[in-house]
Amino acid sequence: MLKTGSIIVCAAVLAAIAGPWMTPFDPAAQLLPMRLAGPTAAHLFGLDELGRDILARVLAGARISLLVGLTVVTISASAGTLLGALAGYFGGLFDDAISRLIDILLAFPGLLLAIALVAMLGPSLGNVLFALSIIGWVGYARLVRGQVLRVRELEYVQAARAQGATVVRILWHHVVPSALPAVAVQATLGMAGAITGEAALSFLGLGVQPPTPSWGTMLNGGRAHLMDAPHLTIFPGLAIAILVLGFNFLGDGLRDLADPKRAERGDA
Amino acid sequence: MARYLVRRLLFTVPVLLGVATLVFSLIHLVPGDPVQSMLGEGASPQDVAETRARLGLDRPLLVQYAGFLRGLASGDLGTSLRTNQSVARAIGERMPATFELAFAAMAVAVLIALPLGILAAVRARTATDVAATTLALVGISIPNFWLGPLLAIAFAVGLGWLPVSGRGTLAHLVLPAITLGAPLAAVLARMTRTSVIEELNELYVLAARARGVSRLRAIVRHAFRNSLIPIVTVIGLQFGAVLTGAVITETIFAWPGVGRLLIQSISFRDYPLVQGCILLIAVTYVSMNLLTDLLYGLLDPRIRYD
Repeated sequence: MLKTGSIIVCAAVLAAIAGPWMTPFDPAAQLLPMRLAGPTAAHLFGLDELGRDILARVLAGARISLLVGLTVVTISASAGTLLGALAGYFGGLFDDAISRLIDILLAFPGLLLAIALVAMLGPSLGNVLFALSIIGWVGYARLVRGQVLRVRELEYVQAARAQGATVVRILWHHVVPSALPAVAVQATLGMAGAITGEAALSFLGLGVQPPTPSWGTMLNGGRAHLMDAPHLTIFPGLAIAILVLGFNFLGDGLRDLADPKRAERGDA
Repeated sequence: MARYLVRRLLFTVPVLLGVATLVFSLIHLVPGDPVQSMLGEGASPQDVAETRARLGLDRPLLVQYAGFLRGLASGDLGTSLRTNQSVARAIGERMPATFELAFAAMAVAVLIALPLGILAAVRARTATDVAATTLALVGISIPNFWLGPLLAIAFAVGLGWLPVSGRGTLAHLVLPAITLGAPLAAVLARMTRTSVIEELNELYVLAARARGVSRLRAIVRHAFRNSLIPIVTVIGLQFGAVLTGAVITETIFAWPGVGRLLIQSISFRDYPLVQGCILLIAVTYVSMNLLTDLLYGLLDPRIRYD
């Protein structure tokens, strides 16, 4: 799984970087007389409702998806790790406040809060990043808080405390590193979640706005042409599914690596 | 058990209050003047002032908040700006469609996931298991906003077997239910596999086999029955994913439920209706989680809320 996932993700990153050299067509260039034309040797994925090359747009969309995934995961993982570590280490009122906030945010299923936030703030890439990060940090905070609660009373942490190490040093050098393997797994699966989340919001018209090529926006555009041009729907969706599958494979593989007992049991 | 019940219920109260507070504050996140945003730039100052007064947005924030909570307590979620209909009534009219879709999707998920999960478990670490596990991971990775249109292309446009949109007959329900149920089926299949594998390794299953109980009977009557508790829990906890998925699925298939109402009200900037839909979905989710937790405590006496 780890190998398959790594290959898919590396291929997607390469395609995103090398996209402009992989196809001679500009993702924004319109060939109106050929609008909705199906796949041909020249246009492997066909053309969309404005005569734009779908392959060029899928490759440009990969950049948006990976950018969203990386940004959301970086912000969520950093904020979640910091807040979870502080809550777990200090306990008390701060822990109570963070834990209640987590409970409240978890009361909104999946993307609902992101939909609500973007609906109010207005559709844009920046607001999508903000909304996905607001719901994203919670998972990391819960995970790290649990790990910190487990290790904060262990002897090596107490020894560091007895030697007069500062709180920052204890957290940075002794406590947080123990949570990092789990955070890495969560971050990999979080990439899949953020990419799907951005595509879902864009599909609903709440995310990246046309003419910027996002996979979700492309799928939204394809809805009006299911009957006459199904290729508008097939290729961007396939790109999302393959990239998300790659990150899920990678996340599952990393989880098995971090927890060999789990892999031995054959947990799914 | 009574103590567990009371503590679990008490834990839910602050969460619901937090949800209500967050939903209340949503309208204040609108950049600039929310009323001007709702009515558009061309609205007259008189219309803007009237709407602001109607929504109570001209009052101090704390008074607005108290009024919002009072309204919730009496089931008053405000009035839709576009239709002038009560928000609670508008949502109430759409609820049956959403629940119909959600339960059909869960039925689809259970019908696919249980046989697949059990098959993967009894054939663990074989080609069948790898195929079933990979299929489940593929299912999780396929977003419903792609699966829905694909099913529509194949079964409505291509084969002409099923209608592509609307609600009314059983045929209308098939594609939306599969679209919404497939990702849940994938999650459930993985959970079923893990749970059944764990039970198959227990001594009582070995003892049953030693007594001469057939392999099939040992799997179905012994291992599977005992692995049902975590599976039921996952079904309950996944209800939230189904509700969010319904927002997308209802939009794809023009299914007249709360999810579609939410997206329509967003496009019309009907903020009271948006707040109502969000609140209702969140409260339903919290209630389902509460019910699942209580059921879990009831089914397994070892589980208690500490």
